[in-house]
Amino acid sequence: MTWFRKEKKPLETSPAEKRVQTEGLWTKCEGCKQILWKKDLENNLQCCPKCGFHFKMGSRARLAMLFDEGKYEEYDAGLASPDPLHFADRKTYRARLEEAQKLTGMKDALLTGRGLMAGKPIIICAMEFQFIGGSMGAVVGEKITRAIDRCIAQRLPLVIISCSGGARMMEGAISLLQLAKISAALARFDETRKPYISVLTNPTTGGTTASFAMLGDLNIAEPGALIGFAGPRVIEQTIHQKLPEGFQRSEFLLAHGMLDAIVPRKDLKSYLASTLELLGAWNSSPTRS
Amino acid sequence: MPTREQQLAMVEELEKQIAELQSSTPPSEAAQEEIERLREQIASLRKEAPGSAHDAWERVLLARHPQRPYTLDFIHMLCTDFTEIHGDRRFADDPAMVAGLARFEGRPVVVVGHQKGRDTKQKLLRNFGMPNPEGYRKALRVMQLGAKFNLPILSLVDTPGAYPGIGAEERGQAEAIAHNLKEIPRLAVPIVVVIHGEGGSGGALAIAVGDKALMLENAIYSVISPESCSSILWRDWNHKEEAARILKLTATDLHGFGIVDEIVPEPPGGAHADPERAGALLRSAIRESLRVLGSLSTAELMERRHERLRQLATLIRET
Ligand SMILES: [Zn+2]
Repeated sequence: MTWFRKEKKPLETSPAEKRVQTEGLWTKCEGCKQILWKKDLENNLQCCPKCGFHFKMGSRARLAMLFDEGKYEEYDAGLASPDPLHFADRKTYRARLEEAQKLTGMKDALLTGRGLMAGKPIIICAMEFQFIGGSMGAVVGEKITRAIDRCIAQRLPLVIISCSGGARMMEGAISLLQLAKISAALARFDETRKPYISVLTNPTTGGTTASFAMLGDLNIAEPGALIGFAGPRVIEQTIHQKLPEGFQRSEFLLAHGMLDAIVPRKDLKSYLASTLELLGAWNSSPTRS
Repeated sequence: MPTREQQLAMVEELEKQIAELQSSTPPSEAAQEEIERLREQIASLRKEAPGSAHDAWERVLLARHPQRPYTLDFIHMLCTDFTEIHGDRRFADDPAMVAGLARFEGRPVVVVGHQKGRDTKQKLLRNFGMPNPEGYRKALRVMQLGAKFNLPILSLVDTPGAYPGIGAEERGQAEAIAHNLKEIPRLAVPIVVVIHGEGGSGGALAIAVGDKALMLENAIYSVISPESCSSILWRDWNHKEEAARILKLTATDLHGFGIVDEIVPEPPGGAHADPERAGALLRSAIRESLRVLGSLSTAELMERRHERLRQLATLIRET
C-alpha cells in the first residue's frame, strides 16, 4: 500500500502544480470567458481588453490610478480592530484579521489618502475587497468618519470608492452602528458645500449601500457592478423565484433612477475631476453661505 | 460548580489559547490536536453555562414572542389621541410601518414604528414587520413633520429587517435607509428611540437614530439574524443558539458597547406576561428621557446629538 501511494503521489501533484503555475499568469474573463494574460489586464486597469469586463481593483491600485503620479499621503493606516465581541466560530475573528492583514498589508478594509487629482487637492477613500470581503466594522467606520472630518476642516471634496459586502458580522451591532455614524457625518459635511462623489463598484451591497454609498452628491457606478441592499441569494430564498437577468446590476439601477451615471474605469479620473470642478469643489469661497 | 461568569471567563481564556496556537503558521500537528481538545472543552463549558448560548437564545425567543406587545399596542398604552398618518407621497402606504400624531402624557408628539401582525391575515398585511422603501420614506416624512411643528419624536423599533424583495430593490431599499440615516440627525427636536422587540439590522437602524436609545430588557438588536449568521458560518440553521450568543445581541451587551443608553426592565417572564406593566415601565423611561432632552436648548440638543453620533461604536485601537 505504502509503496503504491508513494509511486502515485508525484503523478497526481504535477498536473496540479502545472495548473497553479499557469493560473499565476492567465485568467478567464467572467464577461467573455476568454483566457486573458494577467499582464494585459494589469496594463488595462483590470478591465478585459476584449469585452471591457471590469475585474475587481485593489484599493492601492485605485488610489494610484486616481491621484496624480499615483502619489498620496495615507491617513489612519494604524487603526485596527480590538475584536470587541471576542468573536469566534470555527475560527477566531482575530485569526481572520491576521490572515487578512498578511494578505493585504493593511490593518483593515479601507484605505484613505490625500493628494492631488488633476492638480487639485482631494481626499479619496477606497474599500479593499480582499480584506474580509471589504466588510465594514468599527475601523472602516471610523476611518471614513475621520476622512469626512478632515474634508470639513480642510474644506476639501471627498470621493469614496465602495467595494463591499456590507457590515462585518464579526463586530455585530458595532458594525451596524457605523452606518449611522458615517451618515450623520455626511449630513454635517453638507454644510461646507463641498461635494462628495460616491463610486459604487462590484460588489456594493448591504450596509455599505444602505449608508454612504447611496449618499453622494453624485452616485456613480462602474459598468456591470452588483449593487443592492439584500444579496441576490437572500432575495431568491425569500421570494422563491429566479431573479431576472441583470437584476441589481449598474445598468438596472440606472434604469430605475438609483444612479446618476455609469462611468467606465478608464474615464473615472477625468469624470471625477470635471464634475467636481463643475460643482465648485475648489472654489475659494462657497457660492452661498 | 463554577458560576456563569467564571465559566464564561474560562471560555474566554481557552479561546485565547486557541488564538495563540493558531498564530504559529502553519500550526504543527500537535498544535492542531491541542486546538481540537480546547474546542471540545469550550463546547462542554458552554453547554453547562446556563446564561450563555441558552440565555441569548432565550432573549431571541422572548423578543419574537407571539404574544409580545407590538408597536401599536405600545402606542395605545403610552399615548392618547393617536392619529395615524399614511403613505410616503411617492408610491404607497406601507403597513409594515406606522406613523402618526399623538399625545404622550398630554403633550403632542410624533410616533413612528415598525408594525408586526398578530394573526395570519395581519401578518401578511404587515409583511411580518419588514418594511419596503415606502415605509422608511413615510417614517421620515412624518418625523420631518414633527420637526417642523416642534414635536418630540418617539421611534418604536421592532422588525426582523428591511424586506428583501425585487420591488424593494427596484424602488431603492438601500437608498431609503441611507437617506433616513442622513436626514434624521438634522431634525431639531428631541428623538427617543425604543428598541422593544427585534432590532433587525439596517431595517431597524433606519428609524433608530436619535438622542437617546432605550432598549427593553428582552429585546435584541443585531447586524444579522442568528439563523442567517448560523447558515453563513456553519452552513445550516442548527447553530442559531450559538450564533445568538456570539453576536452579542442582548440589551446588556449593547448597553456595554454604549450603543444603548438605558435598559428598560420588563415584568417577570417578559413583556407578554404583563403587557400593561411593560407599558408602564416604558412610559416612565420615556417620560424621564423627554424631560432631560426637553430641558436642553436646541443648540445644546444638536451639539449633544452630534457628539453622541460621532462617538458611536468607536471600538478601535491605534497601532
Ligand atoms: Zn472579457
